[in-house]
Amino acid sequence: MEFFRIRRDIPFMRYALVLNVVSFLTFAAAVFFIATRGLHLSIEFTGGTVIEVAYEQAADLNKVRATVEKMGYGEVQVQNFGTSRDVMIRLPVRAGEKQTEVTGRVFAALCQADAGTVGTKQYTTPQGGQVSRPSCSTAAGAEPMKLSRTEVVGPSVGEELKWDGTKALLATVVGIMIYLAFRFEWKFALAGIIANLHDVVIILGFFAFFQWEFSLAVLAAVLAVLGYSVNESVVIFDRIRETFRRMRKMDTHQVIDHAITSTTSRTIITHGCTQMMVLSMLLFGGPTLHYFAVALTIGILFGIYSSIFVAAGIAMWLGVKREDLVKVGAKESDPNDPNAGAVV
Amino acid sequence: MNRYPWWKYTILAVALLIGLLYTVPNLYGEAPAVQVSSGKATLKIDSGMVQRVEQVLKSAGLQPDFVQFDGNSVRARFRDTDMQIKAKDAVSKALNPDAADPSWIVALNLVSRSPTWMAKLHALPMYLGLDLRGGVHFLMQVDMKSALTKKAEAFTGDMRTMLRDKNVRHAGITREGDSVEVRFRDAATAQQAQGLLSDQLPDLAWTQVADGSDIKLIGALKPEAARRVQEQAVKQNITTLHNRVNELGVAEPVIQQQGLDRVVVQLPGVQDTAKAKDIIGRTATLEIRMVNETSEARDAVAGSGPVPFGSERFLERGGRPIIVYRAVVLTGENLTDAQPNIDSQTQEPTVNLTLDGKGARIFKDVTRENVGKRMAILLFEKGKGEVVTAPVIRSEIAGGRVQISGTMTTQEASDQSLLLRAGSLAAPMEIIEERTIGPSLGADNIDKGINSVLYGFTAIAVFMSLYYLLFGVFSTLALAFNLLLLVAVLSMLQATLSLPGIAAIALVLGMAIDSNVLINERVREELRGGASPQTAINSGYERAFATILDSNITTLIAGLALLAFGSGPVRGFAVVHCLGIATSMFSSVMFSRGLVNLWYGRQKKLKGVSIGQVWRPDGGVPAAGSTVNGEGN
Repeated sequence: MEFFRIRRDIPFMRYALVLNVVSFLTFAAAVFFIATRGLHLSIEFTGGTVIEVAYEQAADLNKVRATVEKMGYGEVQVQNFGTSRDVMIRLPVRAGEKQTEVTGRVFAALCQADAGTVGTKQYTTPQGGQVSRPSCSTAAGAEPMKLSRTEVVGPSVGEELKWDGTKALLATVVGIMIYLAFRFEWKFALAGIIANLHDVVIILGFFAFFQWEFSLAVLAAVLAVLGYSVNESVVIFDRIRETFRRMRKMDTHQVIDHAITSTTSRTIITHGCTQMMVLSMLLFGGPTLHYFAVALTIGILFGIYSSIFVAAGIAMWLGVKREDLVKVGAKESDPNDPNAGAVV
Repeated sequence: MNRYPWWKYTILAVALLIGLLYTVPNLYGEAPAVQVSSGKATLKIDSGMVQRVEQVLKSAGLQPDFVQFDGNSVRARFRDTDMQIKAKDAVSKALNPDAADPSWIVALNLVSRSPTWMAKLHALPMYLGLDLRGGVHFLMQVDMKSALTKKAEAFTGDMRTMLRDKNVRHAGITREGDSVEVRFRDAATAQQAQGLLSDQLPDLAWTQVADGSDIKLIGALKPEAARRVQEQAVKQNITTLHNRVNELGVAEPVIQQQGLDRVVVQLPGVQDTAKAKDIIGRTATLEIRMVNETSEARDAVAGSGPVPFGSERFLERGGRPIIVYRAVVLTGENLTDAQPNIDSQTQEPTVNLTLDGKGARIFKDVTRENVGKRMAILLFEKGKGEVVTAPVIRSEIAGGRVQISGTMTTQEASDQSLLLRAGSLAAPMEIIEERTIGPSLGADNIDKGINSVLYGFTAIAVFMSLYYLLFGVFSTLALAFNLLLLVAVLSMLQATLSLPGIAAIALVLGMAIDSNVLINERVREELRGGASPQTAINSGYERAFATILDSNITTLIAGLALLAFGSGPVRGFAVVHCLGIATSMFSSVMFSRGLVNLWYGRQKKLKGVSIGQVWRPDGGVPAAGSTVNGEGN
């Protein structure tokens, strides 16, 4: 089997201008949405309370919402989480409220709405672990709902996390730039980092546009993608350098086209494999990994695109020349030696 | 050229063996157990408890798999939960005759079912995070009132020193609730004192009250100062908890402030409440006070008189009563460190204390005035005080370096220092809510995480094997080896695996296949260029290596940034991510090469390699031997 039977180099760079304009527009749109809509940050960043309740039967979201809204905790979000029986309730931080008591009170109110009383259930699991958990039981002894998870984050912690996240992003960008500049030269470093920041901004743009929840896991995915898709640029830049050395008759355009064409097969297969894994997380990972996988998917797809058109394109606009890359080799070897470029 | 020397194969074989050894414990699952740990800071568990528990179980007619001592607790593993619960009741009854004041914490727990010989090699399963197996979650209330009282108590000491230094005569300093009172005989002195005190202690607001013929100066903590004291108390307690939990090697603990006066402690992987209580229950406060050695006090010790006014009765570690003044000389706050040591002259074990500047000053004054007398170091746990040690002051001690020596063993010295260090909590804490997040929720998450990895891995394996044939199989085996190594390394480090961690494993596998794709594509390219199979394999691996290194370094940069700045779950993700990059370099390059060499390396006249169809743009038949197996061109 061989998927990629490419006879001639594909003239990628002929479309570079058009696609760069498209890129720029997408980028601008992403920035616009981030600026206007903002990210829907998870409570890890904003502080607040999340209560996850598992109902026996499909939950009536409106009833849950009405019950919680009546308690006056401000802007309440109620939504299904994973299945129709699991409900996630998100409450903002309110000054002067003891957040830990909020979870208890909300659970009690929800329990009451289903004609139950709150108690504590203690039992031993079949494996032999001790469990003690708050429970809600009706007079008939049924348990209409269970508290499956609560999460309470204070506002100061959120602030700290936001700042740490920003630092991690900056450190990654700077680190990669230094590496690229050291490994290639500044034009490539600049092109590579712009291409990959373009990916990051577009991922964030998606999250802003659809108001998907931006959690710590998504941030991790964004950074992982940043490191990952820089690879793509590195592989292409590597080939560009190699082609400059080997194909002395080609001009910059042709060299870049040739480099991209000869790495296409690897690019698609590698990303395809990674995407298979990510897809598996998207399908089987449940709600917790959902947005993590979504961020990775967007990142991988845009990573391919941006490495080819944005990174190589910008490197071209910046005017990479043979001399930028093969300086050392040219000095050391005889320019007429036909094997001069064969060294990697 | 495609042969490995024997030692390279040996390295691979050893890595494989070690990988298997450390991965396997994760597959055994868990068995019910009963765990006994110390319920008091001054009580230390030792291996003698093993015999006691064994005896109790024997007399109750229960047969444990084993009873073992692991440094912090004694655990007995059982076949089934019935026996476990019976055992818990029996042990609890035997060890804690007074149920209201238990000396030992007896709890149900889970321990790995893996064989003991593996545990001896430290081949233990990974911890699972709160989100995977549930875990303990504590809500702790910091006793703010006590923090304020203690602050006021400390102020009385400061005031005494200040007034004496300035030669201001007073008629007594007392603490009333959160405020302090000083009596003066005349208004002039009171005026002078007020000036001095408001100058030196800006945290207190002073008011003059006439009290009979005397004048009383009442100093109340200013509201903002009180708030500061409370905030600091919580912060210091959080720091102390962090240190304590860290010392126990629990990965990814969550210790956060909640509200004004509460601290949340989450210990993922610590399903056993006993261990968690052991860690947190030792929240003790330390006070240094003078021992009352007057004749009334001696009577009180003998039991023939009441405890004198202003003193309290405590028990020494040996059980003898001791009468101690209520006035606190120093609190744990002023103690910066406590370490066991050996005196260079007498070769006796000692405990060395380091005091902060303020503590050193006070200590110097107190010791100068009390040479020959005894002082007591008290540890308060859950409101009950116990005397850790009550040494005699031999001389004035300046500089804040205190050495406690006496008849103690090295073990006692180190236990005492641990207790003294444990005292650096600013205010006592008590667990007011304790929740064990049930395993059912976590089990669901584990299934989801493992399924993602499994299906993703299978998809990649099928694709690689179809597309690259035998080389694809090698790549798949390398990927499996990578997974094995990664799990083994995580188990060796006893890392806590969380759902983001599993996601990182999945992602690492998805990315690691990149190296093999690069290699396989390079080999094909070499074949396409007309190289002989052996040369193609060799140069394919050589040339792909630079690119593989590059791509792994960029990924590593992102991983390290996450590791440096991430917290909680993201840190777990980053750890797995970084380790995964390291293992993937080894497995996808060295291991897969080893397989290829083993398979092809010996064939001198290799006709072709099974790497799938190598298509050539000119449509010609490739150089001899570059294709194989039925598919042809």
